[in-house]
Amino acid sequence: MRRVDLFPTDEYQGLKLRPGRPYPFGATVIGKAVNFSVYSRYATSCTLVLFHNHEEKPFIEIPFFKEFRLGNVFSMMVFDLDYENIEYGYRMDGPFCPEEGHRFDKSKILLDPYAKLIVGRDIWGKQPNWDSLYQYRARVVFDDFDWEDDLPLETPVNDLVVYEMHVRNFTCGAGAGVKHPGTFAGIVEKIPYLLELGVNCVELMPIHEFDEFENSRPSPIDGRQLYNLWGYSNVGFFAPKAAYASSGRFSMQVDELKNMVKRLHANGIEVILDVVFNHTAEGNERGPYISYRGIDNKTYYMLTPEGYYFNFSGCGNTLNCNNPNVRDMIVESLRYWVTDYHIDGFRFDLAAILGRDQNGYPMSNPPLLESLAHDPILGKTKLIAEAWDAGGLYQVGSFPSWGRWAEWNGKFRDSIRRYLKSDEQVLGDVKERIIGSPDLYASQKRGIKASVNFITAHDGFTLMDLVSYNYKHNEANGEGNRDGEDHNNSWNCGWEGDCNDEGINRLRHQQVKNAISMLMVSQGIPMVLSGDEMGNSQQGNNNAYCQDNEIAWLDWNNLQKNADIFRYFKQMIKFRRQHKVLRYDDHLSHTDYRNLGYPDFSWHGVKAWQPDSGYNNLTTAFMLNGQYADADGTPDDFIYVAMNMHWDMHGFELPQLPQDMAWYIFANTGMPSPEDIFEPGKEPIIDNQHEVLVGPRSIIILVGKKK
Amino acid sequence: MSIESYKLGEELDSFNYQEVQDGILALLDKGNSVILDMTACKYVSSTGLRVLLYSKKVAASKNLSLYLVGVGPEVKDIMDVTGFEDFFEVFNTMEECLESVKQ
Repeated sequence: MRRVDLFPTDEYQGLKLRPGRPYPFGATVIGKAVNFSVYSRYATSCTLVLFHNHEEKPFIEIPFFKEFRLGNVFSMMVFDLDYENIEYGYRMDGPFCPEEGHRFDKSKILLDPYAKLIVGRDIWGKQPNWDSLYQYRARVVFDDFDWEDDLPLETPVNDLVVYEMHVRNFTCGAGAGVKHPGTFAGIVEKIPYLLELGVNCVELMPIHEFDEFENSRPSPIDGRQLYNLWGYSNVGFFAPKAAYASSGRFSMQVDELKNMVKRLHANGIEVILDVVFNHTAEGNERGPYISYRGIDNKTYYMLTPEGYYFNFSGCGNTLNCNNPNVRDMIVESLRYWVTDYHIDGFRFDLAAILGRDQNGYPMSNPPLLESLAHDPILGKTKLIAEAWDAGGLYQVGSFPSWGRWAEWNGKFRDSIRRYLKSDEQVLGDVKERIIGSPDLYASQKRGIKASVNFITAHDGFTLMDLVSYNYKHNEANGEGNRDGEDHNNSWNCGWEGDCNDEGINRLRHQQVKNAISMLMVSQGIPMVLSGDEMGNSQQGNNNAYCQDNEIAWLDWNNLQKNADIFRYFKQMIKFRRQHKVLRYDDHLSHTDYRNLGYPDFSWHGVKAWQPDSGYNNLTTAFMLNGQYADADGTPDDFIYVAMNMHWDMHGFELPQLPQDMAWYIFANTGMPSPEDIFEPGKEPIIDNQHEVLVGPRSIIILVGKKK
Repeated sequence: MSIESYKLGEELDSFNYQEVQDGILALLDKGNSVILDMTACKYVSSTGLRVLLYSKKVAASKNLSLYLVGVGPEVKDIMDVTGFEDFFEVFNTMEECLESVKQ
C-alpha cells in the first residue's frame, strides 16, 4: 500500500513542496521527501535556506508559505533532494527589541536547534572561513545504524566504576599508540586498556558539537594557541562533535560514535555523557548568532527584566530550562541520545540551574527534573547531577531527586582530600563519606546509590598534582592565574611541583594509593579521573580547559614510569568489583539485625570495637561483614580497613573473626611495590591475627575468609 | 552455488548509488552470490556504506553471500571506524576470495 499524502502540492523555483508535518522538529526523511520543521513563538516569518555541501552561497531559499505554518511551527516537505549533499539553515524574521527579549535578524542564517548532524568544524583546530555567513551547518542525518542486539547495559548503578575522560586528552598524548588519536575511534582502540584497568563505565566530557575556537587565543606565556578543549559550550544538543570523529571529514561522526558505543557495550562498558544544558555557545549580548538567539531568543534564554542575559552558568548566558518548550527540547535531546545512541546515562553540568524558574529563582519541584525522573524512555538511564551552579546554588544532598537522581558528591572530595593531608578536623565527616553519606542521602531514602564519590575530576588538580602542589599554577591559561579553584585541599608532600627527592616521590605515590584506596572501599559509586591511574600530571594546572597540548593530554609513558600506581589502581578496582560488600545500594544499619554474630558494618579504632580509640583524629578503622551481602544467595568475605593519616606508625588491634576464618592481607600502602597490593583472591595470610602495624600515612586492607 | 562479480568505480556515493544498488540486487535476484570488486574504489560515502550493508542483508535473506575484494586503505579505514567492516568478509584479491569460497 502506498501513502496518499506524499505528493507535492506546491512548487518553488523548480523544487516540489507540500505542507510539512510539524512534528517531530528537525529534518526528517519521509519517503522521497525531507520534512523540515522548526518552532518559533515570536517569529513572524521563516525561510528555509539550502546549500550544496561546503558551498558558500545557498542554491535556494524557500519561504514557508502561510499554509506551512501550524500554531507556532513552520514545517514543509521538500521532494527529491539529494540529502547527502545538502546543508540547511533558517532565516527568521521578527522584532528586534532586546528590552522585550527579541533579537530577530533575518540577515543571519541560523542552525536548526534540532540539528542531528552539524558540519563546519570537521577537523580539530582547522581554521574555518570566518567570513562565512553560516558557520555551523545542519545536515540531514542517516539514522539507520545497525545495532544488531545492542542495548544500554543497565548495569546496577552501585556496581559501576566510572572513568571520567575526554576524547582528545585520552589519546592525543605521547605514547598513546593509536591510529586515530583524539577521536571516538581512538577510544575503541583503547578498549583493551580500559578492560585491563577494570572500569565498567566511561563518562565522556562533552561530546555535543561545540566550537574549539570559541575564545581561542595564543597563550601570553608560551605563545601556544589556546582552544576551548573541554567543550562545555554547546552549539547543538542533538549532534556529536564532528572533530571528535576520525571520519568527521566525511561527516560520518554519527556512525563512528555509535560504533564506539556498540563496541564499548560489547565489552561490558557503559557510556555516560556529560551534558551541558545550562548555557550555549552564543554567549551574552555581544556573542554570535548561531541558532537559539535568532530562532527565538525569549524562549531559549533566561533574560533579566531589561532583556539582558542572566549568567548563572558563568558563561555569558543561561538556557531557559524551565520554559516548557526548552524543557521539551532537553527531554527530547536526552531521549534521542538514549534511543539513537544507546547512551547509558547522563551527568548534568551545573545541574542546579535546571531547577531554576524562568526568573532564575530555585524551585522546590522543578518540572524539568521531575519530567526527567519520570520519563518513560529514560526510565533506566542513569541521571547524575553536578548539584551546584555558578550562581551560588549548592544542592549536594538536597537536589530534587524523586529517587532517580544521583549526585556528584562534592563533600566526599573535600573531606577525603583534607583527611589525606592529615587535617585533624575532618574525621567525623570522613566517616559519613565512607559509609555512603547517610547524613546527605538517608533521610530522603535516596540510598548509597545517590552518591557518586570522587576525589578528582576534570575540574581541579589531577590526583598526582593533588599530592605535588599546594597552589594552582594556571599561568599558561593566560588569565594571570586568577582562573581555577583556589581551595584545593592539596598538599605537595614537602616540595612544590616536580622534584628528584626520593622520599618525597615515594610519599606522593603512597598518597595516591591512599586516595584510590579510600575511594574504592567507600560505599557509593566511585569515579576515577582518566589518567590518575598512571599518575598523570598537569604541571599544577587545575583548570586545563584550554590546554590542548601535553598539559592536559595523558602521557602514556607514565604507565611505565608509574607502573606501581597503575598496578595498584588495577588491583584496587578488581577488589571492589569482586566484593559486593563494598557495593551496597542502601545504607547500612550498623547492627547485627539478623543475629549473624557481627553487625553489617562496624567502626573500630586502634582498639577493636572502640571507634574512639586513636590518635589526633587521624586514625580510624572499619569492618564490613560479608554475611550481610548475600542478597544473591552467597555471602561475601569480611573486609577490614585501617586508615592511619597520622605521621607516626600505629598498631591496630584486629576484631576477632569466627573460628574457621583468618585475616589475609590485600593491601598496605606503606609497603613498596609489589608488596603494596596483592591479586584479589590470592591474598597472603598474616602471621599476627590480633594486630596490624599501620605505617605513617598508610592504609591496610584485610580480607577475612575461611582458612 | 554460482558467484558473480560486480566492479565498483572510483566512488560510491549518492550520485551513483542507485545504479550500483540495482546492479547488485539484479545479480542477487538471479540467485548469485556477489563479489564486489572495490579495487578501483577510493571513496565510499554514508549512502555508499548503506548500499553495501543493504546488499549484504538482502544476500543473507536469500542465503547468498556478498564478499568485498580489494578494499583500499582509505575505504577500509572508514569502514573500520564506522563499524561497517564488521559485517563483511573482506579479501585482498579475487583469487583469495574464490579460493576461500571454494573451501
